[in-house]
Amino acid sequence: MARVIVDVMLKAEILDPQGRAVQGALGRLGLSGVTDVRQGKQFIIELEGDLDDARRATLEELAGELLSNPVIENYTMTVVVDDEAGA
Amino acid sequence: MIDTVDQAARTPEVEQPYLELGLKTEEYERIREILGRRPTSSELAMYSVMWSEHCSYKSSKVHLRQFGEKAPPSDALLVGIGENAGVVDIGDGWAVTFKVESHNHPSYVEPYQGAATGVGGIVRDILSMGARPLAVMDPLRFGPADAADTKRVLPGVIAGVGGYGNCLGLPNIGGEVVFDESYAGNPLVNALCVGAMRHEDIHLASAKGVGNLVVLYGARTGGDGIGGVSVLASETFDDEGPAKRPSVQVGDPFMEKLLIEATLEVLHAGLVEGIQDLGGAGISCATSELASNGDGGMHVWLDRVLLRDPTLSPEEILMSESQERMCAIVRPDKIDDFLSHCRKWDVEAVVIGEVNDSGRLTIDWHGERIADAPPRTVAHEGPVYERPFHRPPWQDALQANEATTIDRPGPKEFLNTLLELLASANLADKSWVTDQYDRYVRGNTVLSQPEDSGMIRVDEETGRGVAIATDCNGRFAKLDPYAGAQLALAESYRNVCVTGAVPLAVTNCLNFGSPEDPEVMWQFAEAVRGLADACAALGIPVTGGNVSFYNQTGDTAILPTPVVGVLGVIDDVDRRTPMSWGPDGELIYLLGDTRDEFSGSEWAHIRGHLGGHPPSLDLEREKVLGEILVAASRDGMITAAHDVSDGGFAIAVVEMALRSRVGARLWLPDDVDPFVQLFAESAGRAVVVIPRSEELRFTEMCAARGVPAFRVGVVDSGLGADTGHADGSQVLQFGEFFTVSLDRLRDANSATLPALFS
Amino acid sequence: MSARIGVVTFPGSLDEADAARAVTIAGGEAVSLWHGDDDVKNVDAVLLPGGFSYGDYLRCGAIARFAPVMDTIIDAAHRGMPVFGICNGFQILCETHLLPGALTRNDHLHFVCRDQKLRIENTASAWTRDFTPGQEIVIPLKNGEGGYVADEDTLDRLEGDGRVIARYLDVNPNGSRRDIAGITNERGNVVGLMPHPEHAVESLTGPSTDGLIFFASALSSLMAGAGQ
Repeated sequence: MARVIVDVMLKAEILDPQGRAVQGALGRLGLSGVTDVRQGKQFIIELEGDLDDARRATLEELAGELLSNPVIENYTMTVVVDDEAGA
Repeated sequence: MIDTVDQAARTPEVEQPYLELGLKTEEYERIREILGRRPTSSELAMYSVMWSEHCSYKSSKVHLRQFGEKAPPSDALLVGIGENAGVVDIGDGWAVTFKVESHNHPSYVEPYQGAATGVGGIVRDILSMGARPLAVMDPLRFGPADAADTKRVLPGVIAGVGGYGNCLGLPNIGGEVVFDESYAGNPLVNALCVGAMRHEDIHLASAKGVGNLVVLYGARTGGDGIGGVSVLASETFDDEGPAKRPSVQVGDPFMEKLLIEATLEVLHAGLVEGIQDLGGAGISCATSELASNGDGGMHVWLDRVLLRDPTLSPEEILMSESQERMCAIVRPDKIDDFLSHCRKWDVEAVVIGEVNDSGRLTIDWHGERIADAPPRTVAHEGPVYERPFHRPPWQDALQANEATTIDRPGPKEFLNTLLELLASANLADKSWVTDQYDRYVRGNTVLSQPEDSGMIRVDEETGRGVAIATDCNGRFAKLDPYAGAQLALAESYRNVCVTGAVPLAVTNCLNFGSPEDPEVMWQFAEAVRGLADACAALGIPVTGGNVSFYNQTGDTAILPTPVVGVLGVIDDVDRRTPMSWGPDGELIYLLGDTRDEFSGSEWAHIRGHLGGHPPSLDLEREKVLGEILVAASRDGMITAAHDVSDGGFAIAVVEMALRSRVGARLWLPDDVDPFVQLFAESAGRAVVVIPRSEELRFTEMCAARGVPAFRVGVVDSGLGADTGHADGSQVLQFGEFFTVSLDRLRDANSATLPALFS
Repeated sequence: MSARIGVVTFPGSLDEADAARAVTIAGGEAVSLWHGDDDVKNVDAVLLPGGFSYGDYLRCGAIARFAPVMDTIIDAAHRGMPVFGICNGFQILCETHLLPGALTRNDHLHFVCRDQKLRIENTASAWTRDFTPGQEIVIPLKNGEGGYVADEDTLDRLEGDGRVIARYLDVNPNGSRRDIAGITNERGNVVGLMPHPEHAVESLTGPSTDGLIFFASALSSLMAGAGQ
């Protein structure tokens, strides 16, 4: 089985009003000196079988097409677990 | 190990946690009597939720009977109290169903989800009558506007109401936002929904037809709100009480939208014999109610329920309040069709049971019998309490303290008083709230906030429509619960008439403190009595409603708040009466009598005073006034109208002027004290605007009906230059007292809420 | 024979009935299209209505974009069929890249419903040809994720090519870059608009009847033979 983590964040130049709202809240709740907060998404994908090159390529493509919107978002993909016997 | 019926019969001495589940000892003993043995833990779970205050109405039933006993005869009533929602005939083969419900305690704990699931729940109630939900409204009440906790609760509630309703595609057409310190720990989130259907599509919650299948469809069942009903709604928020794990339900409006479409399809295809939504008490409620109302028996295979969380025990499954679930009774020869409609909308469905005539509700879990009870005892024959009640010893002193003791402003302070009232949280412009709601979706919203009623076109060809208003002045109800409830009905009734619709039916959401407090119980008993008597006098029946008890923190109960909703019908929405006045020269009239009545008023409230008697009420006058407003609307005699209530006449005309964006010249009758004329809150009044050509006809009609009509002004857009303002600027001139620009009035009125909550 | 305009229903679409009504009032024939069906029934133009398709899960329009019906519509759009995306429909068009840019969360983080003043700046597109250049209209706006964004180059190009079809006036209700309320593709057959013209077609229920002109424009375009 394999576990893949895809993290999606808005591109730096895109306004993130939710991140800004969280930044304000952190400050009001007692955490001083917060200079920036950006909010994103994390997808945890569990796959049975192994992650061969073909599947990996498909996942990479879908990460860039479905899980993230390339116009406004960047993504990073990390394979956490990849073994045949199971974790 | 599963607690089975056999096990229960064999082990009568087992200690059961009935107290923790919210049951009293007498109630537990009664269950043992009914079953002839101790209940299994599943049966205990079922009885505990179904016999909770929220589900069984045990403290209120004896009083609510009056709604039926005193109900005026009504040709329009198709389905009365007792079903999920009342249904009225509005003509042309159309039936309309509407109801208001509360979701108060969850909204204090988790404002967004509490409010969102409140909307979801009432929409499903309407859907389960066979109607397409058409619109929603929300009477909301919060603690003081500037309190820190209000800043936590209010934005979350508004976002939740909007987030859920907007995603369902239901226009929000009205409601209220009221602030008072008594709601500080107990916000009131009441949600109303209205739907329509053709007469032949009305469906009831009954399981008829031995051999018919019980289908559970919609969202999967999870651990939401376990114990929510009996835990949250039957106990108050108290530091010293047992730790109540907040068990708030989480809503998914997208799933509900799919549920609505799938349900309407199966209903219209004639695939459903009976239907029930799953609300408070989830599967326990749906199965026991369907079984009670039908042929009397049902068998359920509980292990067939689709689960979100595979670790749930049978007791938890029975108590779960996971949202967006419905239960349908389907004939075996129609089940395939039913399931395919569900598949089309990606809605999961599974057969979990079968109707029989055993007179029992039996539930199996993987082949073992875990429940076997008479369904009526679960759903309808719960405890009925005759809670003791007495008039509070402080009521006389409260009523003796009239608002006449407060210093009144002189003429030079009238403008400041007006600005102060306009800026006060209760009277301030509510756009900050209502702009977060979609009022356009479905394209049939004819009137919405801030108009007096929300009006929806039901038939696009004929223009037939319905209007709904909700009202309650909790301060009036505290001063005199009987009169306060009647005044709430009168105001709601008037608001419907003022827009040109004929009132047909009443719903109510009765929000009170603890029924275990005899003084609160007295308030409740008086309010119900008042409402029932007033409905009889006005000739419109209560079709259904909701009771929310235990709205108190420690010993402090909320203001008694009997929210009343009135539904009316209009033949052609094109003839409705909005509140904006028209061209220059149109005459402004005040109908009704103005008396020196300030007790419980907004003006007194700002001065920190609550005491005296609420305004007097003449129900016969309200009826006649209503008839005049409807007749005038129908015959094209009036171009605009507005109810006079909070803040009095001055506030009413300012609201009309701001909506119209056009000024007017007003004068006050000589024989009335100007302060009284401007700000008193006497009932039975409306401001109407009529073209000169209609003046004679209109005033003759009023005279013939005995309703005083005073000419108090004329629409005038050119006053700006005459009164020292910029040329073209719009102003209101109040006799010789003061002239003020609409801009100044608007600034005072619109700044308050954004400043507090943005 | 009146022009046939397809109106797509996705799970969660909300304004498709209103869009159909607008088409009918404007004189066309509204044809209901199902998301799961790649057959667009020979319609002459397509409308992607407002709503919360798929609950706005993942991103607004991100899942709807992969519906079977969209494959057909994308092909047809490339061949010149007039396609109009309103609100959620605009979001779907951006997700398919038939239009550049993206719609993001309103900058003030609230859902907003208001009568919005717009200026129509491009009257060459299939859906705006019946307007006069610079015409000011008022139609309802209602969204929580209506902030139009794109990189500077894209924005400059849109402006330079005159592909901004509508701009917010008086108030920018959602933080859209350059006050952009709607755009069109290079060919002028695909238009995305955030506000809702289908709610401004009857004076009884809307702030004006200005919205009708969008639908009338499409009918004129089709009559004139554009969009073959």
